[in-house]
Amino acid sequence: MFSYTFQWKQAFAKLPLMLDGALVTIELALLSMAIGIVLAVVLTGFRLSRIRPLVAIVTTWVEIARNTPALFQIYIAHFGVASFGLHLSPYVSLLIGITFNNAGYLAENFRGALKAIPDTQTRAARSLGMNPIQAFVHVVLPQMLRIAFLPMTNQMVWAILMTSLGVTVGMNFDLYGVTQDLNALTFRTFELFALAAVIFYVMTKIVQIGARLIAARLFRY
Amino acid sequence: MIEIENVRKSFGPLEVLKGINLTVPKGEVLTIIGGSGSGKSTLLTCINGLEPIDSGRITVDGTEVHARGTDLNKLRRKLGIVFQQWNAFPHLTVLENVMLAPRKVLGLGKAEAEAIAVKQLTHVGLGEKLNVYPTRLSGGQQQRMAIARALAMSPDYMLFDEVTSALDPQLVGEVLDTLRMLASEGMTMICVTHEMKFAREVSDRVAFFSKGVMAEIGAPQQIFENPQHPETAAFVKLTQA
Repeated sequence: MFSYTFQWKQAFAKLPLMLDGALVTIELALLSMAIGIVLAVVLTGFRLSRIRPLVAIVTTWVEIARNTPALFQIYIAHFGVASFGLHLSPYVSLLIGITFNNAGYLAENFRGALKAIPDTQTRAARSLGMNPIQAFVHVVLPQMLRIAFLPMTNQMVWAILMTSLGVTVGMNFDLYGVTQDLNALTFRTFELFALAAVIFYVMTKIVQIGARLIAARLFRY
Repeated sequence: MIEIENVRKSFGPLEVLKGINLTVPKGEVLTIIGGSGSGKSTLLTCINGLEPIDSGRITVDGTEVHARGTDLNKLRRKLGIVFQQWNAFPHLTVLENVMLAPRKVLGLGKAEAEAIAVKQLTHVGLGEKLNVYPTRLSGGQQQRMAIARALAMSPDYMLFDEVTSALDPQLVGEVLDTLRMLASEGMTMICVTHEMKFAREVSDRVAFFSKGVMAEIGAPQQIFENPQHPETAAFVKLTQA
């Protein structure tokens, strides 16, 4: 009944291809985080503006991003928009889907972080003659980033893992996509996916350790 | 000179300042006493424009604080304020806390801002704590740091809003000593305080506020020994009991 013969050599022979895929995965995760953070800052600004239509946009975005499967979000970014005649490549669709998800979660994190900073900090900064932007940049933002740093790290890990959903929209040159294709060619299913899992694990571990090192340098208080 | 003319201010239906008139010349130490809710703290935040007023006028050296077009950020450089809650910036060291505004607001270079910060921190007795983060300081030390931070902008006036009220009793003395030192150096100060002994010692004049009205103002001897207004008399008697 257990007749599977491990052929690790065959799998390891594909390692360079998989590592190339891993680079694409990292690129996707980094891009989706970078754009996601910018969007999250904008969304947080919208929320603080208290202008109804803007707040409605944020609420809808955050609710969908956090309460529907990431897979659904990626599907919509690919097949959903295709129904309206907009045909995006799997790479772009995947990037949009993950970015949407990141921005939603991060906006919520930023909101929580801002709430944790007392208004009196801004008041103290303003009473020293700082204008609102200086007060935000030099006093509020650094404190906000510290509070939001750990959740941001988690989101980065999540972004790396979410790239694996790209296969469902035809993505075939990120780590998971490459592995999937190699599997179809060689049928070394267990070995290939085990290897992919290890690569995912190493990538996320590097993110976590790197984040801890950065945090130790940045946040000494 | 700070001139306050018929200033009124409400929070919703509650009128907290009911027509305040007060002039504080350069070099004066004025303390404001009175029960909580009497409007004394609100007046301070109106003077530096953190709070808008409903009517009346406040001018600082001829600049009208609440007029349209007044550059409040510029005006606030002359008006140092220290609050009951010291509001240290937790992500900056003591030195950086004091250097921040001189650098960003006054545009001073790093060396110059640092020299000013070191001087002010030494002045308030924190010369040994320059590179410590504020969370490592006691409340009294943090409050003195907040005073140094305000002084680093070389303000012409200092406003103190119940700066000892949130401190443990044994830490009150060190902060009051700092205020005494400033007063003796000729700083123009308006201190809202509950420290009657302090008010009596350092003030040129003492103002008694009650329910949004300045009920009485005069020399400390008058307020504490021969109050003219029955409410002042009652308040003084109560606080000295």
